[in-house]
Amino acid sequence: MPLIMIFYYLICLYLIAMIIWNFIREKKSIDNMILYLLILIPLLLRVLRIK
Amino acid sequence: MSSELKIKLLLIILVIALMVLGGFPLYLHRHYKMPIVAGKGVTKVTKLSAYSRALKRTAADTDVFFLQGREEGGKVLLMANTHANEPAGLLAALIFLENAVVEKGTLIIIPQFNNSASRNTRPGDGYPLYFEIITDWGKKKFRMGNRDASPLDQWPDPDVYIHYPDKQLLSFIDARNTNRTWPGRANGPLMERVTYGAMEMMRTEKVDIALDLHGAETMFPVTNCIVAPEKSIKIATMTSLTVKAREGFDNHVEPSPTGFRGLSHREIGDYSDTLPFLLEAPIPFLDQPTGPKTVALLMDGKDPFLLSLSRKGKLFVPYDEKGWTMEKRVGQHCSVILEIIRQYSKKLPEKAIEIRNIPYYGEVVKLGVGHFYHDPAEAKKSDIYYE
Repeated sequence: MPLIMIFYYLICLYLIAMIIWNFIREKKSIDNMILYLLILIPLLLRVLRIK
Repeated sequence: MSSELKIKLLLIILVIALMVLGGFPLYLHRHYKMPIVAGKGVTKVTKLSAYSRALKRTAADTDVFFLQGREEGGKVLLMANTHANEPAGLLAALIFLENAVVEKGTLIIIPQFNNSASRNTRPGDGYPLYFEIITDWGKKKFRMGNRDASPLDQWPDPDVYIHYPDKQLLSFIDARNTNRTWPGRANGPLMERVTYGAMEMMRTEKVDIALDLHGAETMFPVTNCIVAPEKSIKIATMTSLTVKAREGFDNHVEPSPTGFRGLSHREIGDYSDTLPFLLEAPIPFLDQPTGPKTVALLMDGKDPFLLSLSRKGKLFVPYDEKGWTMEKRVGQHCSVILEIIRQYSKKLPEKAIEIRNIPYYGEVVKLGVGHFYHDPAEAKKSDIYYE
């Protein structure tokens, strides 16, 4: 795997961690909770090497 | 349990369900193994990484089949699935792979040139993940791929793809398109390594003719044709005239542009002694103004919107209620390949290539593509290769 690809996977992991952290911190808005989870999907699919 | 936690758990379960429903079919598609029965003519099977070491253990490495004749002669290379959403080339290449008997010269076949693209799809266009061909022994299932390699194998895309070595600026997506990355680099992005491997193979094996099998939209002028650079154009012209006279289908000649870089029909000729030809068969499935991208549209090419456009003279091929079937497209490829080889052999008898047991256009249209495929269940295990 080229170095730049490894960096992009690391960026992905960082974004996933940030989104999960925001999802955990969200207490009131269900809309925000849904949005956090939705934007998580493509990042997770990439890290799991599905899409 | 607080209500907030309950809502969060419910949402997580919903999203996991969504991911599994959406992701699992894509995972299965990427890992689906299509069996190919190597015919009696196959004498050697190797990997493209034998010519481009940097391809080893990557998803872009692919099988290369050699069919060496009893007598010495010229060498011809067939490359299919350069664009894995143009499957007529793959189906034609498999007819050669499973049936060809080479009397003179050598036939080299790469059925999945862009192996990564064959494991990719285009969900935004609603592409089917598979299609099936009816054979004499049942249905043969194929992966339907995409034009470009999967980003799982080559990522990230650049903002602009700078072609090597000409530095021409191309669309970012073309960094994953194996018909823009010729002649490639040994240690370039993955798709450049694929084309570099093929270039190295052509130079090492001293390949005389390279045929790149494609399909093109009916609304695109470069369709139903043979694209050839200056050095191949005489053979292409004779082929075009002969198939028209003998078999009754049009297949005009398009000159390969010198200013548009990265294409097989340009770079192979410029960077090796091989004569390149790119074959385009019309594929209505790829046209933009069609109905849903279904398997039926892929197979029969029938579409009411294209029919309406045809009546207005907007298409570059004759088109009626019969559509443009897969049999016609595959049959055209078979006949044009055989005729290019025949024309080359006529021109250079000392490098003649003789191949038999391959159907012509009329036979493929009459008997169907599947008639020429062998049943993996009845073949010897050692003859089966999984693509």
